[in-house]
Amino acid sequence: MLRTTLRNVLAHKARLLMTALAIMLGVTFVSGILVFSDTVGAAVKNASAKNLKDVAVSVQPSVPSGEAPSRSDEGKNITALDSNLADRIRSLPGVESVRSNVNGTATVVGKDNQPIGNDWHIAANYQPGRDGKDSRYPVKEGRGPAASDEIALEAKTAATGGHKIGGTVRFATDGPVITKKLVGIVGTEDPRVTAGGSLALFDTATAQELFLSPGQFDEFLVAAEPGSNDQALTSKVGEILPKDRAKATSGTQLAAEQSQMIAEDNKALSKTLLVFAGIAQFVSVFIIANTFTMLIAQRRREIALMRTLGASRRQVVRSVLAEAALLGLASSAVGFLLGLGIARGVLAVLGANGPGFPDGPLVISPTAVLSALTVGVLVTVLSAWLPSRKAAKIAPIEALNSADQTPAPSGLTVRNSIGTAITMLGVAIMLYVSTLRNESGVSTAMLGSAVTVTGMIILAPLLSRPLVTLAGKVTTHLFGVSGKLAKENALRNPRRTAATASALMVGLTLITAVTVAMTGSQQLMELRSTQDLTADYQITSSSSGGLSSKTARKAAQVPGVQSAVPVQSTGFAIGHDHATMKGIDPAALRHVTDLLLLAGSLNDVEAGSFAISDKTAKRFGWKMGDTVPVDFNTGSKERLKVSAVYKNNDIVSDAFTVPQVISDHTRGEDRANKILVKAQDGKAAGLSDKIRSHLDNNPLLKIQDHNELRKEAAGPITTILYLLYGLLGMSVAIAAIGVVNTLAMSVFERTREIGMLRAIGMERTGIKQMIRLESLVISLFGAMTGIGLGLFLSWTSGQMLHGAFPGYEMSIPWRSVGLFLLLSLAVGILAAAWPARRAAQLNTLQSIGDQ
Amino acid sequence: MLHQVPPVCSAHATDLTKVYGHGETQVVALDSVSVEFRQAEFTAIMGPSGSGKSTLMHCMAGLDTVSRGSARIGDTELTNLGDKKLTRLRRDKIGFIFQAFNLLPTLTALENITLPMDIAGRRPDQKWLDMVVDTVGLSGRLKHRPNQLSGGQQQRVAVARALAGKPEIMFADEPTGNLDSRSGAEVLGFLRNSVRELGQTVVMVTHDPVAASYADRVVFLADGRIVDELHGPTADAVLDRMKRFDAKGRTS
Repeated sequence: MLRTTLRNVLAHKARLLMTALAIMLGVTFVSGILVFSDTVGAAVKNASAKNLKDVAVSVQPSVPSGEAPSRSDEGKNITALDSNLADRIRSLPGVESVRSNVNGTATVVGKDNQPIGNDWHIAANYQPGRDGKDSRYPVKEGRGPAASDEIALEAKTAATGGHKIGGTVRFATDGPVITKKLVGIVGTEDPRVTAGGSLALFDTATAQELFLSPGQFDEFLVAAEPGSNDQALTSKVGEILPKDRAKATSGTQLAAEQSQMIAEDNKALSKTLLVFAGIAQFVSVFIIANTFTMLIAQRRREIALMRTLGASRRQVVRSVLAEAALLGLASSAVGFLLGLGIARGVLAVLGANGPGFPDGPLVISPTAVLSALTVGVLVTVLSAWLPSRKAAKIAPIEALNSADQTPAPSGLTVRNSIGTAITMLGVAIMLYVSTLRNESGVSTAMLGSAVTVTGMIILAPLLSRPLVTLAGKVTTHLFGVSGKLAKENALRNPRRTAATASALMVGLTLITAVTVAMTGSQQLMELRSTQDLTADYQITSSSSGGLSSKTARKAAQVPGVQSAVPVQSTGFAIGHDHATMKGIDPAALRHVTDLLLLAGSLNDVEAGSFAISDKTAKRFGWKMGDTVPVDFNTGSKERLKVSAVYKNNDIVSDAFTVPQVISDHTRGEDRANKILVKAQDGKAAGLSDKIRSHLDNNPLLKIQDHNELRKEAAGPITTILYLLYGLLGMSVAIAAIGVVNTLAMSVFERTREIGMLRAIGMERTGIKQMIRLESLVISLFGAMTGIGLGLFLSWTSGQMLHGAFPGYEMSIPWRSVGLFLLLSLAVGILAAAWPARRAAQLNTLQSIGDQ
Repeated sequence: MLHQVPPVCSAHATDLTKVYGHGETQVVALDSVSVEFRQAEFTAIMGPSGSGKSTLMHCMAGLDTVSRGSARIGDTELTNLGDKKLTRLRRDKIGFIFQAFNLLPTLTALENITLPMDIAGRRPDQKWLDMVVDTVGLSGRLKHRPNQLSGGQQQRVAVARALAGKPEIMFADEPTGNLDSRSGAEVLGFLRNSVRELGQTVVMVTHDPVAASYADRVVFLADGRIVDELHGPTADAVLDRMKRFDAKGRTS
């Protein structure tokens, strides 16, 4: 039997081509993800190991539990790591050297006034050894910084900013802009910098002054003498550290912790990606099943002959499944190789476009190979299972029938009843979900969606009749007889048409649902970002320290500014329920927002009291005039009196009080997280540039108008949406291959008809058009059901968002929907290109004689 | 000469040669065949298998290309027509009847009959269509699909399809090959009637002497050449001729 199977696979090479392509793409996707994540994981791990190579022990300051970190008068951190301690560690036996690091952030500005680097703006102290060099930062040009007015930059940072030795460099740490002279350009292996961050170096005293206090450090990195035991050294170092104020960790452990973290990040990423690979595999199931159904239909006589010659049903089933397994294995193997190429390509693209990953060879783990191949083979065999059952039912007598007749397809009654029942169940679940007003129904909604989609897939043959007839009316009207024949051909085998269209439907359902949900939340985010804001601009800082009151005062001086109102923010909790409290001058509030007071008066909001939103009142059961205990996130507590209640407002969120109260509970800091600027009437336009230059073009500051705020709020969602399109696009691509497959198979089966049509006078273009229109009709059927289903699912589950976002309004993104329809038309036309060409080029004479 | 040449020729071949393959494997299917198919005449082409009778029909019908010589339908020379013009010619001037019926299973009998006109985007001549449908006796079955019709009925649909466009000439390739003798006789009767009553021209390839006896004239082919011709044939006379070929074939 195996030999027959093998012969079959080889004999139908061309017919299996598209199916193999579908399996291949799915496996490529899976293996690409696995290899990519393995490779990136290994490379990052490598880089961090390299970075920690010479570190035997790391000493870091710690804060005793329940105590706030101590700060100097200027608000700088005070640590227990000083030169004294460094010397004592240095004198321990087995210690070769101690690096005393000062770590901070410095946002460096380029010549174009733009901040350099992404995510990380690293600052550190340059520590020349006895030879005058710092091995960690090899000097490439110039020399290391040695005086308080000097700075060195990492090579890429300097190049990006256009900075040259001898020039001045502007940067900011957490306050005003500072200018220093560039004396050196260095290299580094710090993975944060190789991944696109910036690096600025100062001499130790300057770094301490900028980020800490004189004589203090953030970290000691201890290098051991050759042959000494890291573990033993770690405990020895630990013994001399001040209790609770610092702790020692061995380099090995640090590396282990880092790689653990990397591994977890990696796992989460590949898991998400694999969900999409799963969807793609699911889509290819339809194509594989379709192919085997068609192959078996074409081979009925042959299979019947085998049965007459004594093959058992089980042998027939097994031979079909073996054929599937062979096909799956071969396609998966090729797919895996392609996956390697994809992983390599993605790495190269990411590496070329800035951020980049540390270099490294492709990591091909046996797990990746095994899982990719297993998935490919399993999906193929499972998809061929139902068709194989059908093959087993072929009666031996069919071999003796002289006429080449296809048996009447078995009725769809059972299938339709099951499909209707499941669809109705899914719809019922989704309608129930639509009555929910909070997120509690997420899992129910997912279940309901899955059930509805399943039901629709089962029902698709039934639905194909009216929908294809409708589409066919249009094609007949527009294209005459070829449009009519296209419709009739699409209706000829409802199961096949339905399976082909279902593959497309699944992809489009997801794409539509995702689009509706994302556009909805995007609009909501945009709305919320500015809906309560009557101020014209918002100033924020990228420094963790926030904005000083000096900045607000300075901004207020800009001509045209009516008022600049700093807003502080802190978290508080009641039990396990977290909320936000703002600190803002109640008298200035009217400049930045229209607050609707429900009870009390803003004049009564003063030290010892606060105002709450109606939502907060309801949430915690507080009333006007209550005095309630508030636990601030910083650990301190106070009893505050509710002296006003207002209608929910995004500017002051859950609660607000005078700035003094917030400062009291945030270690006396007078730092705002944003400053809202109201312009004088008619002076708003162009004010941001004036404010920016008045604030020294500080790179830490971001000044945004309403438009920019809305864009920023919506930005990440747009990125996610495009990412999802890319991932779901894979499924659509596989579905398109399915359409090609079905058409090619149909052309093969209808060779004689096509020959006859040519003989009685249909031109090649007519034949082409007929195939193309059939493809269009199938694609449109899939697209229409998919988009419809997507809209229904997102509408019903969208109701849940009302709870989280009261302003949420489901709106249909008509433009996107129109675009999807056009895209599926394009898919239809493209998918038909090859089969239509083949059909048109068939030799008329040979085709007529084709049996 | 016993036979007078009618004024109009529907189709004729002059020195028609068809060669398949090259060099060693070269096969001469038609060797300088010259033949005329006159209007309102029912011609049968006969000959042992491999004699070139199907090739002759395919070349005359514009389904196959010609190696040398000329093939004409009416005044149109086929040998220098491109695919597009040939297709148009087949659609507008030629009717086909195939051995395996070759109907579209998705269309009803009537839709199959009018298919060539639908392709051409022409409205059928309703009177002519009614008469054709009536002649082949399909009036009650026009809404049926091919799989609801018997083999004889399917072939009658095919005959009606060929006739419906009022072609200049009709080619039938073993039209009774898949039919029982009664249905076969019916179909042949229709073909003869369409010549006698409707003035159509029919060329039929067959190897069945009984089928050939329905024709006005039988042309015999052997080894790619016309070897004989018979007018007003009877089945016995045709059989007789065939036997002579067979004998000759065996002795040579």
